Amino acid sequence: MSGFLVRRLTTILPTLLFVTILVFGLQQLLPGDPAVALSGEDRDPSVIAYLHAKMHLDDPLPVRYGYWLRDLVRGDFGESIRIQQPVLGLILEKLPVTAQLASMAILIAIVIGVSAGIVSAVKKDSIWDYGANLFALWGLSTPNFWLGIMLILLVAVKLGWLPASGYVSPAEDLRANLAAMIMPAFVLGNSYAAVLMRHTRSAMLQVLSADYVRTARAKGLDERVVVLRHALRNALIPVITLGALSFGELLGGTVLTESVFTIPGFGKLIVDAVFNRDYAVVQGVVLFTATAYIVLNLVADLGYFLVNPRMRG
Amino acid sequence: MSATADIASVPRELSPARRALRRLLRRRGALLGLAIIAFFVVLAIGAPYFAPDDPLKTNFLLVRKPPTGLHLFGTDEIGRDVLSRIIWGARATLLAGLVSVTIALVLGVPLGLLAGYVGSWFDMLISRLSDAMLACPSLILAIALAYTLGPSLTSAMIAIGVTYTPVFVRLTRAQVLAVKVEDYIEAARAVGNSHLRIALRHVLPNVVPPLLVQATVSVATAIIAEASLSFLGLGQQPPAPSWGSMLNVAKNYIDNAPWMAVWPGLSIFLVVMSFNLLGDGLRDALDPRHR
Repeated sequence: MSGFLVRRLTTILPTLLFVTILVFGLQQLLPGDPAVALSGEDRDPSVIAYLHAKMHLDDPLPVRYGYWLRDLVRGDFGESIRIQQPVLGLILEKLPVTAQLASMAILIAIVIGVSAGIVSAVKKDSIWDYGANLFALWGLSTPNFWLGIMLILLVAVKLGWLPASGYVSPAEDLRANLAAMIMPAFVLGNSYAAVLMRHTRSAMLQVLSADYVRTARAKGLDERVVVLRHALRNALIPVITLGALSFGELLGGTVLTESVFTIPGFGKLIVDAVFNRDYAVVQGVVLFTATAYIVLNLVADLGYFLVNPRMRG
Repeated sequence: MSATADIASVPRELSPARRALRRLLRRRGALLGLAIIAFFVVLAIGAPYFAPDDPLKTNFLLVRKPPTGLHLFGTDEIGRDVLSRIIWGARATLLAGLVSVTIALVLGVPLGLLAGYVGSWFDMLISRLSDAMLACPSLILAIALAYTLGPSLTSAMIAIGVTYTPVFVRLTRAQVLAVKVEDYIEAARAVGNSHLRIALRHVLPNVVPPLLVQATVSVATAIIAEASLSFLGLGQQPPAPSWGSMLNVAKNYIDNAPWMAVWPGLSIFLVVMSFNLLGDGLRDALDPRHR
């Protein structure tokens, strides 16, 4: 276990380092002098000189990267020029909202996607299979911001069942919170469900034709037991890994979903930052999501390692 | 019967490409996808002839009018014909999908080919950089890039293209690693072919089928990405029509002018679905294991 962990960590650290180089490089592509941009409308030369010294702008690029990386390691992601607050604090403040949205979306996606994948594989070439495949095609082809707008029109405007947008903290009113989050979570989980459905179907088809499943059937076991206890348990292993790999896209999807439903998560934070030319926040969100994605993949790999005895051997 | 006649009577074996094309044309889903793509391509090219109105012409007497015989898809918040904007918007959407994937191919394939073929430190460098880019959610990275380059359709296409590059680097590299240990590559080397010739004439053609499938599916996701960036205001800028930016405006009028949102969204869905159907068909046609 520790050997596996060390091996994985040795690949993660260089990747994280390259992520920082990438984000730092993007910052360098921005046109103009950042000190001038930050100095306000007066563009006072003394302020510009002070900012140059403070931000090490006159140092060579590798030295500046070194300073920047040192600050990152200390948890200093910079400061938002608009809100005048540390970026990490802003991200952590918005994180619970996005985490709730993403968790609900994943739950919805697992329930719909994995169930549809199982039914599709077990009833291969039946109307159920065609229906599930059509659902996957729909999920992969529908832009989630359009689905969000259409659901607002149908469920909120026409039927009046759920609020069209907005956010209520669960600590304040759990019922209102769930009512506000269920529609965005469904919208966000829709394409993820399609991905999970395809992975589950393909893994189940492979497992269902394996010898041990044939043996289980030959022993006279109930088909439900064969499918759920023998086949699904093994089929889920690649689904977990592939599902974790698609998690980044789900994180990206929160940007649009939060914009459509005006949810104050970090997806909306990056959009607002873009429009206010608040680069430190854009940079912080990119770094944070990339790190979260890398860590989640490590967790998925560990899960894979723990549930798959062959890897431990 | 002479030997020549015997040979002539033997049916000529089809090339792998032709066999794949035959398999592709037997798949109804792929054909449907191709037909819808062809429809939108014709619409985009012939936009000046097909659009019933000027997509930029405003008419404040016709603000947010529902679909009628005169304006089949209705009008928008400043009285522009939605159908005409959909037809002209097809240009931006298809162009964005094709150009961004071309950028990703042009950057990704040579890098993947070199990384896989040369190996050593170059492979390590390119692989780590690809991993770093793949670790960033593609839309968030595209937003950061488009923001850096400044909002425009060109920036969006470059941002999406650069964001998708590591997918092609990885795919090409993996294929090259598998192909370069084959006997025929060894034979090509033994007869004195240069590295460049081996890479371009012997390795690259074997990498093309999976790249073709990935490129087709990537066009679908690139179209969604462009629509997303335009929806966020980072792609096509107003007043030029684009389906994503049309949806951005439409969301503000959803309760009293839903047609403004229905048609652009439906158009994105149809085009993306078609590329997905074509991609699935190509995958089945080029790799029989997937059938």
